[in-house]
Amino acid sequence: MAQIRIENLRKSFGEFVAVQSSSFTIGDGEFFVMLGPSGCGKTTTLRMIAGLELPTGGKILLDGEEVTFQRAAQRDIAFVFQLFALYPHMNVRRNIGFPLLCQGTPRRQIRARVEETARLLRIDQLLDRPVSGLSGGDRQRVALGRAIVRRPKAFLMDEPLGALDSEFRDLMIHELRSLHDRIHATTVYVTHDQLEAMAMADKIVVMNHGVVEQFGTPQAIYDHPASLFVADFIGSPSMNLLRFEGALEPGQRQVRIGEASLAIPTVSEALSRQELVLGARPEHIRLSDDAPLRGEVYGTEYLGTQQIVTVTTELGRVKARIGAAQPVAAGDRVGLAFLTERLSLFDGVSGRALATHGVEEAVHG
Amino acid sequence: MAEVVLQGLIKRFGDTEAVRDVSLTVADGSMVVLLGPTGAGKTTLLRLVAGLEMPDAGTLSIGGRDMTGEPPAARDVSFVFQQYSLYPHLSVRDNLAFPLRSPARRLPPAQVVRRVEEIAELLRIAHKLDNRATQLSGGEMQRVAIGRALVREPAIYLMDEPLSSLDARLRADLRLELKRIQQDLGATILYVTHDQVEAMTMASRIGVLAEGKLVQFGTPREIYEDPVDAYVATRLGIPRINLLPVGLLPSPDAPPGTALVGARTEHLRIHPRDGRPASVTRVEHLGDQTHLHLLLDEQPIVVLADAHTPIRQGERVGLALDAPLFFDADGHRLRQCAPATA
Repeated sequence: MAQIRIENLRKSFGEFVAVQSSSFTIGDGEFFVMLGPSGCGKTTTLRMIAGLELPTGGKILLDGEEVTFQRAAQRDIAFVFQLFALYPHMNVRRNIGFPLLCQGTPRRQIRARVEETARLLRIDQLLDRPVSGLSGGDRQRVALGRAIVRRPKAFLMDEPLGALDSEFRDLMIHELRSLHDRIHATTVYVTHDQLEAMAMADKIVVMNHGVVEQFGTPQAIYDHPASLFVADFIGSPSMNLLRFEGALEPGQRQVRIGEASLAIPTVSEALSRQELVLGARPEHIRLSDDAPLRGEVYGTEYLGTQQIVTVTTELGRVKARIGAAQPVAAGDRVGLAFLTERLSLFDGVSGRALATHGVEEAVHG
Repeated sequence: MAEVVLQGLIKRFGDTEAVRDVSLTVADGSMVVLLGPTGAGKTTLLRLVAGLEMPDAGTLSIGGRDMTGEPPAARDVSFVFQQYSLYPHLSVRDNLAFPLRSPARRLPPAQVVRRVEEIAELLRIAHKLDNRATQLSGGEMQRVAIGRALVREPAIYLMDEPLSSLDARLRADLRLELKRIQQDLGATILYVTHDQVEAMTMASRIGVLAEGKLVQFGTPREIYEDPVDAYVATRLGIPRINLLPVGLLPSPDAPPGTALVGARTEHLRIHPRDGRPASVTRVEHLGDQTHLHLLLDEQPIVVLADAHTPIRQGERVGLALDAPLFFDADGHRLRQCAPATA
């Protein structure tokens, strides 16, 4: 398996810049997710790693060896286009062994490798069955087996679960992650779905308009988004973003938003009066009668253990995620209390996250 | 708006019984959501109410009048499909006005204008009224499609997965809007989905369907907290309810005959030391929740955790049950003594 290093990678198509000078490292054995909306450059980056697209500038290193302009076939990387197409006339064994057969691997070796792969995927009892009679989950496992039987240095996957319905997708997310935990193959996975990214990734790179917005662990990106774009893109419902005018100075611990004075994490940089944004995740807001920011409940969404309460305030709609046992109904007047140390502050003009005590480590792209 | 009553409805297609003896009432001004996987019969049921299919047995009444054999046009229903079908050459205004201008209805033009503007305001597309339908985003198009149903005031709105083609963010926004609109208009809606979040967040009552049968009918809270069987229990709740073999964890109040213990997050207590020791196999930070994956005697258990839980992968925690649900070997719910709710 392999480490993949991306250095100042750029790609333009004529006038259009698809990827702007990106740098990051995919660690050996990591499950690495490139996340962003369509057109953000994630698929182009993946295709450059695969060798299907040549960069306009920058370097790609596979285990320290430069492969930037090497042909795809020379890179020993498996690109999983479609996880779900099987050869219907072949049994499970022949489906899984097919890539090795194409490479001219000796038959005895194919047999051993196919059986080992099937054990890894826990489908060894199905090896001599036709694929037509298999359950959906087993078909996916066979397709995965066909991808991993070659033991490439890395797997590249481009939205492999995009076409599945939600229940089946959840199942496959766990399947893919637990397979990764068993074989530890370096995996680069492209998706626009933040839930897939959060559920599977060791590391995430968030891209937007060809630019790396943030690079880090799912938890770090969730807790300390480096920009307004990341704050809004990750999380469901997304982070509440309250816009206000104000100035900041180091050591400050309060801001005035409309009529309310709110405690914030200790500020560690200075900013003259301008547009600022306070970011609060729904689970970091509580309903409290004596809180300074007040509003009227617009609607509640029951989710069993929890509920999401949408409150109309002078600063716009705010969503709070609270326990389902708490009685609250549309039309109620409520106060909103924030978990101070979990709040984020952003420069409303550039979108950049502002340094506060404890979150200087937020990585900018 | 009107009350809709289904009584003993049966629909067969050849040898398959798509709808098996379904009886339910959609109360006037309420929203009933039919929840079930593909093939559960929910769309067939909706089409039976619309008059697009005729039942093999049973009756259907709308607003107290028997409609069982009546054609769709006589039923005064309004249908919203999964795929928005707008007239591409017409403006948003004309798309919305279209149902009101049909010769069968013929409303005075001033009234049409008023109604269209009211609905556009409600759906927050008033600023797009003069755009061509093709100049809209996917979410706007679907709002126009829903709006085209809402301009009329039929006895009942029938909606077949109207949000499923939208992206997650927009779906979440429209869920809340649709519920608000339904309450503001006092509309009667029969809504079909396979998405449990839509069912839980919007429904006045949920009908859980399995293989053509109505398994349970009740408020989201009733279905979630008091399911009639293990199947229904697994339909609602993320993460899914843990169905544990009896005896895995001490449960002194399990009634005789218990085979499965259903434990949601709120039915499990996690202690640093007390209880049966389980290992933490993964702390999964999703975009909206944090899941704790535990392993107890080879039995995986998933519970909801605080986003900032101090518990880490590889640790051991103690588990104990707290008033869980009990099921027999066939998955039927067993209750301790008298049922909690009548």
